Amino acid sequence: MGSNAAEAHPIIFQHILRGVHQGAKLVVVDPRTTLTAKRAQEHYALNIGSDIALFNSLAHVLIRDNLQNQSFIERATTGFEGFKAAVMQWPPERAAAITGIDADRIEHLAHVYAAAKRSMICWTLGITEHHNAVDNVFALINLALLMGNVGRPGAGLNPLRGQNNVQGGGDMGALPNRLPGFQDLTDPAVRNRFEQAWGVPLSPKPGWNQTQMFAAMADGRLKGLYVIGENPIESEANRHHMEQIWSRLDALVVQDLFLTPTAERADVVLPAAASFAESEGTYTNSERRVQRVQPALTPPGLARDDVWIVQALARAMGHPWVDKSAEQVFAEVQELAPNFRGITYTRLAAAQGLQWPVPNDTHPGTPVLHTRLWEDTVDPRVAFMPVDYSPPVEPPTPAYPLTLTTGRRLAFYNTGVQSNVYPHPHHQGEQVEVAVVDAGRMGLTEGMRVRVTSRRGSIIGPVHISPSLPPGVVFLSFHFPDQVRTNVLTLDATDPRSGTAEFKAAAVRVEKWPSQEA
Amino acid sequence: METGDFRQLTIDGEVCRVAAGTPLKDACLLAGKEIPTLCWHERLTPASTCRACVVELEGSRTLVSACSRLVEEGMVVHTDSPRVLHARRGIAELLLSVVEDAQVPELQELVQSTGADVAHFRFGATLAQPTRDDNDLYIRDYSQCILCYRCVEACGEDAQNTFAIHVAGRGFGAHIDTGFDRSLVDSDCVFCGNCVQVCPTGALMDKTEWTLRQTGEWDESCIQVSETTCSYCGVGCALDLHVLNQRIVKVTSPYSHPVTQGMLCVKGRYGYEYVQRPDTSSVHSSAP
Repeated sequence: MGSNAAEAHPIIFQHILRGVHQGAKLVVVDPRTTLTAKRAQEHYALNIGSDIALFNSLAHVLIRDNLQNQSFIERATTGFEGFKAAVMQWPPERAAAITGIDADRIEHLAHVYAAAKRSMICWTLGITEHHNAVDNVFALINLALLMGNVGRPGAGLNPLRGQNNVQGGGDMGALPNRLPGFQDLTDPAVRNRFEQAWGVPLSPKPGWNQTQMFAAMADGRLKGLYVIGENPIESEANRHHMEQIWSRLDALVVQDLFLTPTAERADVVLPAAASFAESEGTYTNSERRVQRVQPALTPPGLARDDVWIVQALARAMGHPWVDKSAEQVFAEVQELAPNFRGITYTRLAAAQGLQWPVPNDTHPGTPVLHTRLWEDTVDPRVAFMPVDYSPPVEPPTPAYPLTLTTGRRLAFYNTGVQSNVYPHPHHQGEQVEVAVVDAGRMGLTEGMRVRVTSRRGSIIGPVHISPSLPPGVVFLSFHFPDQVRTNVLTLDATDPRSGTAEFKAAAVRVEKWPSQEA
Repeated sequence: METGDFRQLTIDGEVCRVAAGTPLKDACLLAGKEIPTLCWHERLTPASTCRACVVELEGSRTLVSACSRLVEEGMVVHTDSPRVLHARRGIAELLLSVVEDAQVPELQELVQSTGADVAHFRFGATLAQPTRDDNDLYIRDYSQCILCYRCVEACGEDAQNTFAIHVAGRGFGAHIDTGFDRSLVDSDCVFCGNCVQVCPTGALMDKTEWTLRQTGEWDESCIQVSETTCSYCGVGCALDLHVLNQRIVKVTSPYSHPVTQGMLCVKGRYGYEYVQRPDTSSVHSSAP
């Protein structure tokens, strides 16, 4: 669902295809005919942002045809009746009009999902980079609960993590409402344990997520910012607005490997070592596998480990922090986070990583979560969360008749800071991908320069006429910001619960450039 | 008689009982008989092309390849009969006659174990041809190709599923082809380098290693291997960084790793230059 794993997660996709070669069925739901979709037995090219209409309608068919896992629902869930009432409003004919997928194909897909003894749903940013990201995810959870496709090997809900350590960041409490081990900041017992260990009182009030910080920068409530290993000027939506609010900061500190456009604005730049090759530590991958990273090279110049920098900064601010190695910091995590209690550097090396929770030194790790849902007594039960469809914030209009969607390309990564350095033979820069019929209508030819304009700004780039796009859709990556600043165009309407912007749907127009009238 | 999930067979006169589904090669190893292999690779489906692993199976007209043939009840197998040794010697001599530089440990072992005469067929056609150097990530030197099919399997269903290469032509004309002999850049290749990882002869080699070998700077004894985890997406691929003189010169992944099973994508295998390329705009180089 909304995942081009063949390009964005190639090695997970190898595992998926091994399953396919052994008889598994692969279904891809994606507006684009991606490399992933081409490898699937079935591809459903839904209209951008119509996900919930499709998922609710699938649930409708499953319940209407009495295919749901009733015993699982009764034992392990709550709220089924309310959910049933909600999805009964979504017959396939209604969803077909919104998704662009024929009603009989929606019925077929529901039956395919029901026929599998176990079925896994994987997704990435096609689900979560929308203004209603959290609802999209709830809609998928509802489907899995309906069929009991959770807590069993070969089943489950798998958001494929986009960055090497986005899971590990959450594990270590780099979230406004969490402490290390994904523990709840608002729980007094949890807080007390950390207060004892650290010898300081902790505020029970969650901090701001990134989106809330941007809002606070815009209205002057946030004056100083410390950015570690991120390039938001080039990665966040609505770049012009982003540049304005960053200029309002009184103090900006950036800790990075390179002088990125974000670092160029900093008052102080702290040069950091490259984590995977120059420093000591752990990453946690998409399957909660905690793994070691170890230095192979000496960092150049004044560059230092992130751990060293943070501790030195604390001391410079007058706190008597003892200099700890990454392993000593990890030992502290082990003590304070029950999920990490059985993980040590020694065990990680021997076991090729361990999947948390690992509650004690002999526990082998936990490949499958939520197995408790299959125990005789399930407490607490899981709630169905009925959600309703909400169209993209910017529907096409006569002035902006196309929808821009964004994504990754196989050989490159994010804003290109890492991936634009190695000599890849297909390093040809950004291309404005336009659907065949739209290109024909506008008289565009391959390589012709065009201007793409959204309500927030314009970019100029060469056209690629792409048979993988449905009519009305334009595609750009954000890998080559030196050439094409895709984030000038993208929309910063965000889901308030996740803080993620609607990178997948912005209304745009495409014109030849320079325009012939000019 | 078949019993449970086990099969009973006789290997060089010794009666053995092994699990059903075991390849003959592994059954022989359990019986203390090591079978030589060239094309076989632990991570790939056996292609049974090199025939170095042939054994004699009573009742079978031809020799059978021990890497791919599975054990059957009542088999009587000979691993070092004169017919087996003769066949293996012929295979070694024929390979040595066409492949320019046979610095392949497995082939050298085969030569030694069979007493092959390296000059026996050194008068016919060879595969000598210029190295194909059409991109900056890896080279192809088909004068060293023994047509083991490992690259084809790794590019295909066993790992990458890109299907950019296959064996084209027949007989002596058989060769690895990108489709109409296109350059790699124009082919379907996505440059994951998994073919390079499994190539046994150096016919496929990372451009960095090849260049350092050309200049005589590649010194295996000075290379240190450091284990770490990839810095790109969230899959968490294990990387072995091969470091020579404070520079990463090669990246591989262990076949034993549960995430990668030895295979990587193009970013993981080749996308490491950012940690070591001098860059005038970088913070690093502005440091005193």
